[in-house]
Amino acid sequence: MPASPALSRQPWLPKRWRSTGSRLEALVAPTPAPAPVPSERILHVEDLGVRFVSRDGDVSILNGVTFSLDRGEVLCLLGESGSGKSVTLRTLLGILPPTARVSGRMDVDGQNLVGASESELRRVRGSKIAMIFQEPATALDPVFTIGHQIGETLVEHKGLSWADARARALQLLELVQIPSARQRLDAYPHELSGGLKQRAMIALALSCDPKLLLADEPTTALDATVQIQVLLLLRELQRELGMATVFVTHDLGVACEIADRVGVMYAGRLVEGADVAAIIKDPLHPYTQALMRSTVQAGMRGKVLDAIPGSPPDLAMLPPGCSFAPRCRHARAHCLAVAPDLIRLPGAGAGHSQRDMRCHIHGDEEAYRVSAPVTA
Amino acid sequence: MHDTSQAATLPIADDTRDRGGPMQPLLIVEDLKKHFPIGGGFLRKAPSVVRAVDGVSFHVDKGRTLGIVGESGCGKSTTARLLTHLIPPDAGSIVFDGDPVGPYGGITVADLRKQMQMVFQDSYSSLNPRLPIVDSIAFGPKAHGTPTRKARADAEELLGLVGLNPRQFARRYPHQLSGGQRQRVNIARALAMKPRLVVLDEAVSALDKSVEAQVLNLLARLKEQFSLTYIFISHDLNVVQYISDRVLVMYLGEVVEIGDVDDLYSAPSHPYTQALLSSRPSMDPARRRIAPPLTGDPPNPVNPPSGCRFRTRCPLAEPICAARAPELAALPDRPGQSVACHARGVGTGHSLSPAA
Repeated sequence: MPASPALSRQPWLPKRWRSTGSRLEALVAPTPAPAPVPSERILHVEDLGVRFVSRDGDVSILNGVTFSLDRGEVLCLLGESGSGKSVTLRTLLGILPPTARVSGRMDVDGQNLVGASESELRRVRGSKIAMIFQEPATALDPVFTIGHQIGETLVEHKGLSWADARARALQLLELVQIPSARQRLDAYPHELSGGLKQRAMIALALSCDPKLLLADEPTTALDATVQIQVLLLLRELQRELGMATVFVTHDLGVACEIADRVGVMYAGRLVEGADVAAIIKDPLHPYTQALMRSTVQAGMRGKVLDAIPGSPPDLAMLPPGCSFAPRCRHARAHCLAVAPDLIRLPGAGAGHSQRDMRCHIHGDEEAYRVSAPVTA
Repeated sequence: MHDTSQAATLPIADDTRDRGGPMQPLLIVEDLKKHFPIGGGFLRKAPSVVRAVDGVSFHVDKGRTLGIVGESGCGKSTTARLLTHLIPPDAGSIVFDGDPVGPYGGITVADLRKQMQMVFQDSYSSLNPRLPIVDSIAFGPKAHGTPTRKARADAEELLGLVGLNPRQFARRYPHQLSGGQRQRVNIARALAMKPRLVVLDEAVSALDKSVEAQVLNLLARLKEQFSLTYIFISHDLNVVQYISDRVLVMYLGEVVEIGDVDDLYSAPSHPYTQALLSSRPSMDPARRRIAPPLTGDPPNPVNPPSGCRFRTRCPLAEPICAARAPELAALPDRPGQSVACHARGVGTGHSLSPAA
């Protein structure tokens, strides 16, 4: 960046923050400086487990989740309620309640955060990892203005002065396409509509240009016409800023719009993971297949829906074998007894990448092939 | 199940409560209105008014399903509550099977409620947490004079009908059930009064996809079995398309379009319906949406725009739209589909208005 009068005006700033205007220029126009390595690993999660331990019992919420994410990639975690998708995000951000016991490993930008101290986490949150919550109305603080909340983050993490932080907050609001942003800077959250609140939430998350963006059902609470606006905005920003993004949703359609890869979760495990096109066109795990069959789509009028029998398992009493086996139409005796390991299947068909799979059908265990089918 | 011919509605004729015959719509709603005052009070400025429902008219034929869609704040849930008089309407008339509802002639609200039941979105808060579910189901019939023993036996039978084994579930409390099971209990409770019309207000919206499919199948089966008529309110356009025969689209308290489900989904006419339908995710990662069909949020219903309420977001808006509110009128080429839009009506003065 060229030296400028601003540099002499802000001698207290670290050198990388002394720029002509604000850092946002780097956000709006992609930095011309060192081009990012195409496959820069931002996130690697290995065998992540979360248990909630209390007097009432010991509930295992996540049972060995493994995935990784490169710069600029969007991973959608797809699953029903209780499948552990939101807990995965909260574990990454380190905002679980004190009863939680985390095991395994999660490297964010090369730093393992399992067992990190609160002060380490505090430095990482906001600056490296940011999160967008489902309910902006509860995630934003009702007693401070939008401008103050964004400014506070910038003052805390970037060491800006309040005046500079306010100027940058204004640019961030413009970046997320909030109309008449200058007035909205002084608005309280309750003065904004749902769509604008969620945009403000996105601006807040982007304020310290995070490397990893976590989004927990950010469009679920919004109306259809607003949902698609926010979704397209997120996709655009993510592409421009090159953030790695983990996007949690229960909506297949939303995943189709935004994901590069999809991870399907069931009862605290990733059961299938692959490119979004591969998952949609050719789901291989029986749960993914059943989920797609039971999702109501256009043109199914008058047909009896092929619903999945039963309901998701109680996490406090998980079956010993595959968690989906009691509802699975391909289940055999072996499935009920032994939980399948995560295996990696080579790409099937042209252009398809490999996929992760937790199912005996696609494994090569002799015990599965010889065991008897179970009629559910 | 979703037979669209009139003959499919005929089996109801042997119902002794059927007064109007198969051609009489089960429910006719005319010009229903509800304005909620907000603010104001002693020595303060005059209260402003939320026009939650502002002149809604429609009818539901016997044995059919009417879907109501719209964004939050458009008045669809208020409409449902007005129909069952959970909120008294400010104006408008409701005619149930030919009988006007109200104090002058016709049937009373209590009579109406026996024949019209409702299922709500939140399955937990709509059940009494201190009653075993069998007692919750039997509560209504008992209040209307059925002996306790019979009401409870009926309730157990209903539990079986909605797919919950009464021996296993009857004595359970709501917190011991999953969301899908609780919604089945709510459906059983609605059926306990032997209603003819069931209003389903976002009844499957809080359920997971795999459970939602089970409940939709159950609703279809029960409709057949008990010759029910449904009003199905949802914001999920795919679910409404799946279950409805006719669909009504609301925007800011008004009906903007109503028509048969296939016509409306294949050829939406109102610009808002078009935008709403094309806001659905594409379901194909190779052909993603590129631009959102609408910008901005729906305006505040406290001070809705003059004339057509959609004009502030409408790509076809012209001066006439601000000056005059469009009337709901049948399309010239499709009489089954009615639209409230100056650009579609004949002789409205809009530049796109078709010639008479």
